[in-house]
Amino acid sequence: MGGLQKKKYESGSATNYITRNKARKKLSLSLADFRRLCILKGIYPHEPKHKKKVNKGSTAPRTFYLLKDIRFLLHEPIVGKFREYKIFVRKLRKAYGKAEWSGVQRLKENKPGYKLDHIIKERYPTFIDALRDVDDALSMCFLFSTFARTGKCHVQTIQLCRRLTVEWMNYIIYSRSLRKVFLSIKGIYYQAEVLGQTITWIAPYQFAHDHPTDVDYRVMATFTELYTTLFGFVNFRLYQTLNLVYPPKLDGQGEMNLKSESDEDYALDSESYTEKLSALSASLARMVPLVEEEETALDHFPAEGEDLEKMETREKAELELDNQKKLFEGLKFFLNREVPRESLAFLLRCFGGQVSWDKSLCIGSTYDVTDETITHHIVDRPNIDKQYINRYYIQPQWVYDSVNAKIVLPVEEYFLGVTLPPHLSPFVHETEGDYVPPEKLKLMALQRGEKPNTEEEEEEEEEEDDDDEDDDDEEAEEEEAEEEANLAKMEQKRSQGKSLPVKVTPGKVKSENRMRVAEEEKAEEKRLAIMMMKKKEKYLYDKIMFGKKRNIREANKLAAKRKAHDEASKVDKKKKKTKS
Amino acid sequence: MRPAQNGTMSTLKNKKRNIEEKEDEQLPIFDKDQSKDAHLDDNDEDEADLSDSEESVFSGLEESGSDSDDEEEEEEEEEEEEDGAVGKSTGVEEKKKVSGDGDVQLCDKDVSKPQANGQHSKEKKKKKPIKSAVQDGGKESVVSDRDSGLMISSQVDEYEHDTSDEEDIRNTVGNIPMEWYKDYPHIGYDLNGKKIFKPIRNKDELDEFLDKMENPDYWRTVQDKMTGSDIRLSDEQVDLVHRLQEGKFGDVSFNEYEPAIDFFSNEVMIHPVTNRPQDKRSFIPSLIEKEKVGKLVHAIKMGWIKPRRPKETTPVYYDLWAKEDPNSILGRHKMHVPAPKMRLPGHEESYNPPPEYLLSEEERLAWEQQDPEDRKLSFLPQKFACLRAVPAYSRFIHERFERCLDLYLCPRQRKMRVNVNPEDLIPKLPKPKDLQPFPTTQSLVYRGHSSLVRSISVSPSGQWLVSGSDDCTVRFWEVSTARCLKTVEVAGAVKGVAWNPNPTVCLVAVSYDDTVLLVNPGLGDQLLCNATDQLISSYEEPEEVNDQHVQWTVSEGEGHEQGHRLTLKHPKAVRQVTWHVKGDYLACVMPDNSSNLQVVIHQVSKRRTQNPFRKNKGMVQCVSFHPVRPYFFVATQRYVRVYNLIKQELTKKLMTNCKWISSMAIHPGGDNVICGSYDCRLAWFDLDLSTKPYKVLRHHKKALRGVAYHRHYPLFASGSDDGSVIVCHGMVYNDLLQNPLIVPVKVLKGHTITHDLGVLDVTFHPTQPWVFSSGADGTVRLFT
Repeated sequence: MGGLQKKKYESGSATNYITRNKARKKLSLSLADFRRLCILKGIYPHEPKHKKKVNKGSTAPRTFYLLKDIRFLLHEPIVGKFREYKIFVRKLRKAYGKAEWSGVQRLKENKPGYKLDHIIKERYPTFIDALRDVDDALSMCFLFSTFARTGKCHVQTIQLCRRLTVEWMNYIIYSRSLRKVFLSIKGIYYQAEVLGQTITWIAPYQFAHDHPTDVDYRVMATFTELYTTLFGFVNFRLYQTLNLVYPPKLDGQGEMNLKSESDEDYALDSESYTEKLSALSASLARMVPLVEEEETALDHFPAEGEDLEKMETREKAELELDNQKKLFEGLKFFLNREVPRESLAFLLRCFGGQVSWDKSLCIGSTYDVTDETITHHIVDRPNIDKQYINRYYIQPQWVYDSVNAKIVLPVEEYFLGVTLPPHLSPFVHETEGDYVPPEKLKLMALQRGEKPNTEEEEEEEEEEDDDDEDDDDEEAEEEEAEEEANLAKMEQKRSQGKSLPVKVTPGKVKSENRMRVAEEEKAEEKRLAIMMMKKKEKYLYDKIMFGKKRNIREANKLAAKRKAHDEASKVDKKKKKTKS
Repeated sequence: MRPAQNGTMSTLKNKKRNIEEKEDEQLPIFDKDQSKDAHLDDNDEDEADLSDSEESVFSGLEESGSDSDDEEEEEEEEEEEEDGAVGKSTGVEEKKKVSGDGDVQLCDKDVSKPQANGQHSKEKKKKKPIKSAVQDGGKESVVSDRDSGLMISSQVDEYEHDTSDEEDIRNTVGNIPMEWYKDYPHIGYDLNGKKIFKPIRNKDELDEFLDKMENPDYWRTVQDKMTGSDIRLSDEQVDLVHRLQEGKFGDVSFNEYEPAIDFFSNEVMIHPVTNRPQDKRSFIPSLIEKEKVGKLVHAIKMGWIKPRRPKETTPVYYDLWAKEDPNSILGRHKMHVPAPKMRLPGHEESYNPPPEYLLSEEERLAWEQQDPEDRKLSFLPQKFACLRAVPAYSRFIHERFERCLDLYLCPRQRKMRVNVNPEDLIPKLPKPKDLQPFPTTQSLVYRGHSSLVRSISVSPSGQWLVSGSDDCTVRFWEVSTARCLKTVEVAGAVKGVAWNPNPTVCLVAVSYDDTVLLVNPGLGDQLLCNATDQLISSYEEPEEVNDQHVQWTVSEGEGHEQGHRLTLKHPKAVRQVTWHVKGDYLACVMPDNSSNLQVVIHQVSKRRTQNPFRKNKGMVQCVSFHPVRPYFFVATQRYVRVYNLIKQELTKKLMTNCKWISSMAIHPGGDNVICGSYDCRLAWFDLDLSTKPYKVLRHHKKALRGVAYHRHYPLFASGSDDGSVIVCHGMVYNDLLQNPLIVPVKVLKGHTITHDLGVLDVTFHPTQPWVFSSGADGTVRLFT
């Protein structure tokens, strides 16, 4: 009998969640402020397992937050700052309305602000945590730094973003931690390895943005606010780890070089310094004078068996990495004015190359076009009038491809006016069964050290290809032949079945293919075993198999497309040859 | 006394005044002053010197007037000289006469410079603008000299250059058109109100003309309207007129193109621009300011105004993670799910992808028609010949924004990604090869029926096979040769056949419509057949006749020859017949949802029928006898009930979890049951374990129609509408702890599907590992 009747939705999951509107009321914040708070504190909604229970029986779509999260937000000092700011705005409006200019002045002087330091520390208790999450910050800052100085957001934000990205690039150059780069149609992807963390970011091409109307820039600005704070602290720490001065200063020599050149050309000192930094052509000042760097050799521990193998592979990887870091060492590049200067300068300097450009293009050029020691001249136009003999004129893709291949690629395919080989993504790791483009195979061969000669080899290759195709054809033919034979047999059988007038024909010894029989048996076994699978497992198995089949189908499709394309291009070539 | 003097002078003065008046017209602003001046000047006439310093004591304002008076004095003094009379003062200001004396003398000196009256006035005219400026400045500068009479000597100098045109005006009519006095003899009034008479002019036209002809200065003679006198303009005056007519400055020496000197320049002068002493108000604290300050102080006291915050000196960025304190990490951080990173781009996103990644025309069209959410790629792969040609990506900001939205709006969950090898999921089963014998190939086809073969049964010896079909025949076959030995025609479609399992009896039960027919096929051992016949005919009618649902009749005549022995007429259509192992009892199923008479059990030896159930528990699908114990299995649509026939009670109710049971078979051991259902399931029950299925097999794609156990071998088979028979190894161990082992071993196919029906019944050979199946295609097949 006993006890009061339990009321519904007063315990259990219904009390663990809170809808967004209720949370907002609890914090007594406007929606915009609540959103900002959530962004800054990293609070996101949760999907309850039982939506109906949590929603008190209703099935209306609602956003739920964990009550714990909202309680956690209640203690946030920034909430108070939001309110202060609101009051400030109100006062300011009033003062403006009354035309109390001194009051306006006074209010503006006492404008309430807030700091995000504690939030950063709280969200990223360790530096590695912060570094792990710096991807989005980088992409966002790179985007914001390309915004025009008018309109969409505060100029200070844009300048700060620009400064931070320049600092970051300088750090990457100094630490030589860039690993991969990819020219996509969206922008340029970079991947660096900083303190063991793989960090990828995308920088848009240097064009004016067509600002979309359906994007809420307030949200973006809030994120940027958080990201710039995080990014600044990360930069500081990174510079500190390398004993570099923060904010970065150019080292004495570089500064001298730059000063002598172009102080008159640039108007403001304060601006020109960042410009010089962003030229990425000079090295940075250190806190501690440079000591001859000792390569910390790996300590060798006596190891056995697998450990030894692991050690060896690790050493090998280390060696490879070292080589990659010095990829362009000793090479001298000159950038023509139509190539993306910043990206290329960043890249070349990351791998130890020397780089310069036309003096009128940007501050910080270190040598002239006429320099005889230039080895590579990067050009992105069909031809160039004045060519120097002792240097290669190549297209920019060569640099990107070389970085990804980790070797200095042969320059022949990248000369001026030459149709470029496809630019492949370095982020794709083909597993077994995936489609691998033939260019990648060729590249892998190059990396292994096999050197194909250019023209003849190509032809040979073509021939080889032909051979391969022939082989394929042969195989196919064989198969076809077999099939035909089978068909014939079948037909015979059928005809035997039909021709009822009994005739005794000499029996043929059925040449049973043992292998095939065995295989069939196995397949049958498997089929039967699959029948005995549990429902859950069967479902999973079916799903996996479906995915696998789809992958195979796609790979086949790509391969077929490629084959068709190659054939078409070959025909074209032949036609041209015959014409000529 | 004064007016009288004035009267004498008036005519003389008038002449001069006319000129001055003319000039006064140019300076109407000073009119008032001048009238005052005039008044003062009267004093001056009498005691010119005394008045000056005396009056300046009283007000600075009058000072300016007196200042200008000084100039006028000149003329007056001239006049005085001419008059030769020196007026005496009224005596008010006589105290200061001493200082005044010197003044008079000096004035005399001044006057001694002979100057033509006209010229004098001309000079004055020229210097007038300068003078007025001086006057303005003078007002202030004079302030300091107010009380001292020592400035006289300097005043002398001033007089010398003073060329004020502020003449005392004797005519007081003011600035009016002089025509108004045209008809009067006078031209106005002097200060005392006496008429000023027009000068005597007796010039008529002729005089005028003569004058014009003779007087060389006629052209430069002007009539002063105020006084009516003629004035001859001097050369300078004429020049001035010319200059003014040409729009030039009146002053010859004035250089209009003098270099501009910036007076208020950035250079700080050591002297103030003006020497004006500060006002009194600048020494008195302002009340308004006091009030304002008071308000501010109050506001500060009340905390309404906060003092300016000091600029923060800490650097914006510092080493935030200098002290990484593991204790300060919040507990909630453990629950934190970091946002997944962005997907990395593949080859197709390259600006110069391999050709196979570019979309073909159809693919592109398909891509465009898809909803943006459904698209596999969010962009169209494109190829550019060179890096120079790559445009900006228009959705870049969108993508970043979407990422932002994902970061703060998407619920996050840790999802366990199953990374299993699909091969591992396949259960490890013993190889079918090791589980032989089982039927593997189709060896015989029994053809003859022209319609569906609903039911088959094998004789206990395994030599004969009986099959009942919808073509209203029952056929008897020899198993080994597939020959049809006998055909018995009945009156309806045969629903079920069952061979008596007792090897000593040769009897087959056939059900069609509402009739169950017991047939002696007469096959095999002749002795056995005769014995069966004898058994049936040896029946004796009991004394008391029970009222039975079923009518037993003995066949005779033609029917007897065909093999019919007994005919059991049921009240309803009979669907299934099944024998008890002993061969004496026969159970018939008459499915009907509305009555309790669904199952009847006949005892053939006693020709007795009983209805075991008093209640209707659902439509009965099939029934079966336990092979060893006195149990009776009744399968309704969803449950299998096991009754103890001796105790007359329900012992078990098996939940099949199926929607509709179609068939049932009991393991010869008696502890296991399989149920086939129309929803493609085969449920294996272990009666010792539970009332729920030990295993449910979903091997068939379509409804199951028949299931069967082998009597000796650990095999069972199921036939289904998909036309296949699946044979499974179902090993039941004697050890109660070990669960049965079920392994599918063979899928047998042979029947063709007709009218969506495939295999309708399966049964095993009693001794051999062979399985028979009957199908909708009118055949019976043997798999060995």
